Amino acid sequence: MKIRNNIAVSDNGFVFNPASGESFTVNQVGLDILNMLRKGEKQEAIVQELSKKYQADTVMIERDLLDFEAMVKQYHLHQNED
Amino acid sequence: MKTNKQKLTIAVTGLNAIDSPGPGVAVIRGLLEAKSFDCRIIGLAYESLEPGIYMHDLIEKTYHIPYPSAGIEALYNRLMQIHEKEKLDVVIPNFDAELYSFIKLSDKLKAQGIHSFLPTIEQFEARQKINLPEFGKKYDIHVPRSKAIYTTNEIYSLEQDYNWPLVIKGKYYDASLAYNMDQAKTAFNKISAKWGLPIIVQEFIHGTEYNVTGLGDGFGNTIAAVPMRKQYITDKGKAWGGITITDENALDLTSHFLKSTKWRGAFELELMKNKTGEYFLLEINPRIPAWIYLAVGVGQNIPEALTSLAMGWPTEAFKHYEAGKMFIRFAWDMIVDLSEFQQISTYGEL
Repeated sequence: MKIRNNIAVSDNGFVFNPASGESFTVNQVGLDILNMLRKGEKQEAIVQELSKKYQADTVMIERDLLDFEAMVKQYHLHQNED
Repeated sequence: MKTNKQKLTIAVTGLNAIDSPGPGVAVIRGLLEAKSFDCRIIGLAYESLEPGIYMHDLIEKTYHIPYPSAGIEALYNRLMQIHEKEKLDVVIPNFDAELYSFIKLSDKLKAQGIHSFLPTIEQFEARQKINLPEFGKKYDIHVPRSKAIYTTNEIYSLEQDYNWPLVIKGKYYDASLAYNMDQAKTAFNKISAKWGLPIIVQEFIHGTEYNVTGLGDGFGNTIAAVPMRKQYITDKGKAWGGITITDENALDLTSHFLKSTKWRGAFELELMKNKTGEYFLLEINPRIPAWIYLAVGVGQNIPEALTSLAMGWPTEAFKHYEAGKMFIRFAWDMIVDLSEFQQISTYGEL
């Protein structure tokens, strides 16, 4: 999944969609995920990175990542991959 | 500091900076920040308690003008009295209800040296709420289905075509959401008692509301366009906070509106984006909206450009604005001496 280029993400986790005017806040884990998605990282790499950083089970992280990505889609923050 | 800029005397209405504010004070702030001219502001007020009257740092002098119900001739005579003293260059009316009179008078006023830049009477009439379905059809713009009704019995027949809730609207102002027949009847009676008939019953579009303010040059060109999403809405449905956005679809729709109607003057489009991303045009306000200072703040001084067009000066179209800038409205108590209130109430000028 890729995040749309125009989405602004600040260092403290404030996310702004200039097309819709909607804004969101994410915690540090959410911010890490968004930043990795913006860099074009694949799901596996993100899971590994988070697992290492937060010393958590990869299965749990993968499930949370899928939840997070579903929310990203719901709020139209992702790029449509044609 | 002396400048070589032309100094204009501009009369502005809509000084009721209340909870459902008129645009006048925001328009004046834009005019005072104009880079292409200097100006002095003359306020035109209907009521002695319109807050703008007492904002002496913005408005040099205010005059009472007669209500639209007094007729066009009464307005013209009063404007001529004011013109004699103040030598007006431009007038910017900001209320829907007074626009008809000002449009009708625009040639006569221009002959006296008072310029304005308003929609034509045909444009003004075509976008009336009663005519919106026809307007949408003519210009290929999605509008919610609606019907003008004269009795509450007519709501029963609409039940078959429309789903609840319904939006019950006055012909000029006011709207109420009704979830059942009782609420619809109550809203019908309340709004018709205030604004008369017909009442417009409109299908409710679920979604997010966006507004676009802008300026058309009367030849189909976009001089200015700034879209905004309301962030904080009062119980009267007015924006108390909003943010500029970059929604291309809203801007395309605005450009299509201006091109196809050759709209002349300032406007506000009220749009609703449904869940599938379709835009519906809910209303066209034929004037500057109360949140216009946001447009000024993001780089499109619409009151300045409108004045320039009114004066017949070459006016360049704005190309950019800053997205992600917010406005937050606030209420402020002014302390006013009774003598000032007495002066405007008794003599009709302050």
